Amino acid sequence: MGFFKFFRSGKEEQTAKLAKDRLQVLIAHQRSGKDGPDYLPMLRQDILDVIKRYVSVGDDALSVQIEQQDDCDVLELNVTLPEDAESTAKASDVAKRRSLERQKEYQERMEKELKKEKEDADNVT
Amino acid sequence: MTKTIVVTSGKGGVGKTTTSASIATGLAHRGFKTVVIDFDVGLRNLDLVMGCERRVVYDLVNLVNQESSLHQTLIKDKRIENLYILPASQTRDKDALTIEGIARVMHKLKKSGFDYIVCDSPAGIEKGAKMALYFADEAIVTTNPEVSSVRDSDRILGILQSESRRSKMNETPVKEHLLITRYNPTRVKDGQMLSVDDIVDLLAIPLLGIIPESSTVLDCSNEGKPVILDDESAAGQAYSDAIDRLLGESKPHRFMETPKKGLLSRLFG
Repeated sequence: MGFFKFFRSGKEEQTAKLAKDRLQVLIAHQRSGKDGPDYLPMLRQDILDVIKRYVSVGDDALSVQIEQQDDCDVLELNVTLPEDAESTAKASDVAKRRSLERQKEYQERMEKELKKEKEDADNVT
Repeated sequence: MTKTIVVTSGKGGVGKTTTSASIATGLAHRGFKTVVIDFDVGLRNLDLVMGCERRVVYDLVNLVNQESSLHQTLIKDKRIENLYILPASQTRDKDALTIEGIARVMHKLKKSGFDYIVCDSPAGIEKGAKMALYFADEAIVTTNPEVSSVRDSDRILGILQSESRRSKMNETPVKEHLLITRYNPTRVKDGQMLSVDDIVDLLAIPLLGIIPESSTVLDCSNEGKPVILDDESAAGQAYSDAIDRLLGESKPHRFMETPKKGLLSRLFG
């Protein structure tokens, strides 16, 4: 055994590096769940719901983390947007429709306010 | 001031009991009145490693249930002055322990003038392990250079930070120490084992010591003698260094280098 090992030395598989890389991911994940404040899961869900109104994404598309940098907490959001054209197209449709809806809402509100102002003015006179 | 130290790990078989025995022995050897408590109710083993298995009369559960006095329950070590063993019950299970009961025992130990209470935690993250770490001022997280052990150590660190008495009372957090056991520098050099730097990097807590993999550890447990008493062996010396660091001394870490081999042993070793 040792005899062959002598010639092979250096070519052996470096499994330790693989172990470290895997653990790094795992531990980061393990800690992200534990360090955050209690409201973090709810905040995550709310933000995800808002994103879903515009883009069709899965439930795992958003990662929310709070990290400490010096003496302030940094809220880090990571959104994975879909790559395929279809859902992007669909997404832009949704966005367009919503922005139209908003515009309409705004116009209606302005009209209502104008009307009210007019009425008030009439009442005074 | 009594200091309570928990020896914990999450994963089983990484050397918690071996470490508890040696840390307690080392502290007593340096003149501190020390008691080591086996929290592994139902799977008592510390008595075997300490070599006092035939002197167990009463146990931790008796003491918690006030069926025996402290004086009756503590086993005085025959080799080292100032060292006492508090064995676990072998017939009961972990539900026999309550925080209030343990608190009473801790209070009695403090009143009896103990300088150090070393708590040997059972494996896992269930009630027994949580009970062992609840009262800790300091924690020795025992880790093997192996993926499952490192992951579990990180998990137990999370529990220390959220479920210990100190965290619940908003006191200064439990002081964490990393103790790497079963370290094999040759395999680390070959890239087959996580290195000390890797593990410190991953767990991000201060390093208390590195215990090299050594046949002496098994020899000593066969004999019922804490390995720290074998001051010829690398493992014994490594534990002794760890005690110095625990007491605040800064010492360079040893046993990280590969042993030098001759040509013959390199060819046929």
